[in-house]
Amino acid sequence: MKQTSSLLSVNHLQASVDNKPILKGLNLEVKAGEIHAIMGPNGSGKSTFANVLAGHEDYTVSAGNIHYLGENLLDLSVEERAHKGIFLAFQYPVEIPGVNNMVFLRTALNAMRTAKGEDELSAPAFMKLIRKTLAELEMDDRLLKRAVNVGFSGGEKKRNEILQMALFQPRLAILDETDSGLDIDALRQVAKGVNKLRDPQRSMILVTHYQRLLDSIEPDYVHVMADGRIVRTGDKSLALELEDKGYSWITDEEAA
Amino acid sequence: MRTSNDIVEDMQQSGYSEGFITEIESDTFPPGLDEAIIRKLSAKKQEPEYMLERRLKAYQYWQTMQEPHWGKVEYPEIDYQAISYFSAPKSGEDAPKSLDEVDPALLETYNKLGIPLVEQQLLAGVAVDAVFDSVSVATTFREELKKAGVIFCSISEAIRDYPELVQKYLGSVVPHTDNFFAALNAAVFSDGTFVYVPEGVRCPMELSTYFRINEANTGQFERTLIIAEKGSYVSYLEGCTAPMRDENQLHAAVVELIALEDAQIKYSTVQNWYPGDAEGKGGIYNFVTKRGICKGDRSHISWTQVETGSAITWKYPSCILKGDDSIGEFYSVAVTRGRQQADTGTKMYHIGKNTRSTIVSKGISADRGVNSYRGLVRMNKGAETGRNHTQCDSLLIGDQCAAHTFPYIEVANPTARVEHEATTSKIDANQLFYCKQRGLSEEEAVALIVNGFCKEVFNELPMEFAVEARKLLEISLEGAVG
Repeated sequence: MKQTSSLLSVNHLQASVDNKPILKGLNLEVKAGEIHAIMGPNGSGKSTFANVLAGHEDYTVSAGNIHYLGENLLDLSVEERAHKGIFLAFQYPVEIPGVNNMVFLRTALNAMRTAKGEDELSAPAFMKLIRKTLAELEMDDRLLKRAVNVGFSGGEKKRNEILQMALFQPRLAILDETDSGLDIDALRQVAKGVNKLRDPQRSMILVTHYQRLLDSIEPDYVHVMADGRIVRTGDKSLALELEDKGYSWITDEEAA
Repeated sequence: MRTSNDIVEDMQQSGYSEGFITEIESDTFPPGLDEAIIRKLSAKKQEPEYMLERRLKAYQYWQTMQEPHWGKVEYPEIDYQAISYFSAPKSGEDAPKSLDEVDPALLETYNKLGIPLVEQQLLAGVAVDAVFDSVSVATTFREELKKAGVIFCSISEAIRDYPELVQKYLGSVVPHTDNFFAALNAAVFSDGTFVYVPEGVRCPMELSTYFRINEANTGQFERTLIIAEKGSYVSYLEGCTAPMRDENQLHAAVVELIALEDAQIKYSTVQNWYPGDAEGKGGIYNFVTKRGICKGDRSHISWTQVETGSAITWKYPSCILKGDDSIGEFYSVAVTRGRQQADTGTKMYHIGKNTRSTIVSKGISADRGVNSYRGLVRMNKGAETGRNHTQCDSLLIGDQCAAHTFPYIEVANPTARVEHEATTSKIDANQLFYCKQRGLSEEEAVALIVNGFCKEVFNELPMEFAVEARKLLEISLEGAVG
């Protein structure tokens, strides 16, 4: 019998938003523990793909399928996907005024635990966990005391996403342009966090526009997207080559 | 073996009956209103002559008045002759004998709110069992208040036992000439609550209508009077978070608060009367006049209300800031869904020097609910350096609901400062997606977002009340999105 460790399998995926086709036959295979970088010019469909994986309702899947842990992912609601270990680090984390970040994290974590049939964490147990997680990520607890993402700087918002990822311990983490808008220090901290969370059981999809994130997080595969499909797959050297030659190098080749 | 009936009988014999077990009446007055009905009502309540005179005077005045229609609410004409003005409280005979006889939908709500069984029985008006347990609670409660010198009783008792206080203060803040519904209430009020806190006393506990639940069932025309003497403090919680279903349509209560020098009154309401069905059939018309006077210098009145029930809510808990340096506050959350309508807000009358007021109003509309904030801030000529800050936020859920803001500002003193801020927002699809991606269900997400929106108001509620208010809001908005 074939040993299958495929976590995510995307086949001929087509998706549109407002009847405008964005994804036009995307294929991707992710195995446990792998890190895949998806690069590509603006408008190539990278963020759409990330949102379709998480189940955003603005996107309509018109053809193809996605299998995740042996299940048809498209049958699952947004929260069911989250319960089964899919985590999306948002490109633009959403502000929720008046909701304390710590309360939010605890509510979310307990919703996940309940869905998995585990007991909810008490307030003290949660405090202990969050302190430990913060220490591991070398973050302080200032973000916990404020309303979710309200008034956070770009770097703080992304750090808050990484904190949630560390807390929820997902099987598949999708990082949607987590590096965009970050200064060097923030980028370094985010990358450090991601590297700490590397695990043979955890896979990651890094959606990024620039090669610089891949200096600090080494991917197993680099994919290039253009016009809603993955048009080239390689290793880390592909990213360097892109950096050097620009996306037109590939997109022009595609068009030719 | 002693039964709960024996114990209740003991209680009655030992003199507690007047306090916490409402006399059992079996009759209801025929519909209609005239002088004879008022005389009958007054006689039934064994009122002294002065109260009958007041009632008759109010009734005569009421007859000269027209029902007002300036609110942004719509309802069919009310036939005042079709209402019965005295309806006996649920007695042992017609009350449900056990929770099995209570509307299951009501019980489901109780369970969701996490209300203990005994309390559920009490709220649902189940006869003896509930009384059995609560009497002892109520008794210790009463003893402790007595030690502090605080009077906490039904307004009917107060009319008989404390005539000087009642004659001095009843109608002093909301006279019967004030408005149509206040006049009607002054003529026919059935019962209500009386609180008196003596000079310098800090009331040792939150006073709550929970302990007066019998009265709550008695009727649609409640009368509440709270007097805080110099330097005293009292926190009063009105209503409970359970839906008190009522056959009667019109609920026209009057609440008066009087705070003397350095006194503070905190009045919190969680109102969850029957809102009617999704199509707007049935439900309570909650037309209430609530007003407090900061009579003494440095006195302080705050109103906090969470309004989730009633078909129509039409009320403006207000403060007359007469004493210098006195403070008025109004914190409100009003939720309308289905066909509910709310026209609510406050009036702050700044009369004394350096008086301050704060208004925070949060309106939430879902389905076809209509929510209006209406507020008046008036700085009189003498209100030197008076200050007001008003914040009105509206949250819309769905695209068939509506929110309106009607702020009125009148300033007659050049040193006074009035600020008004208003926002309208919708629950954002991206907020919901974010929460769901973090594992929350749609309902959990809505609850979280709405609770965040209402936070400043909930912070003003006493702790246990805030917890119940949060849960109530969650239940009220179940299924509102999607």
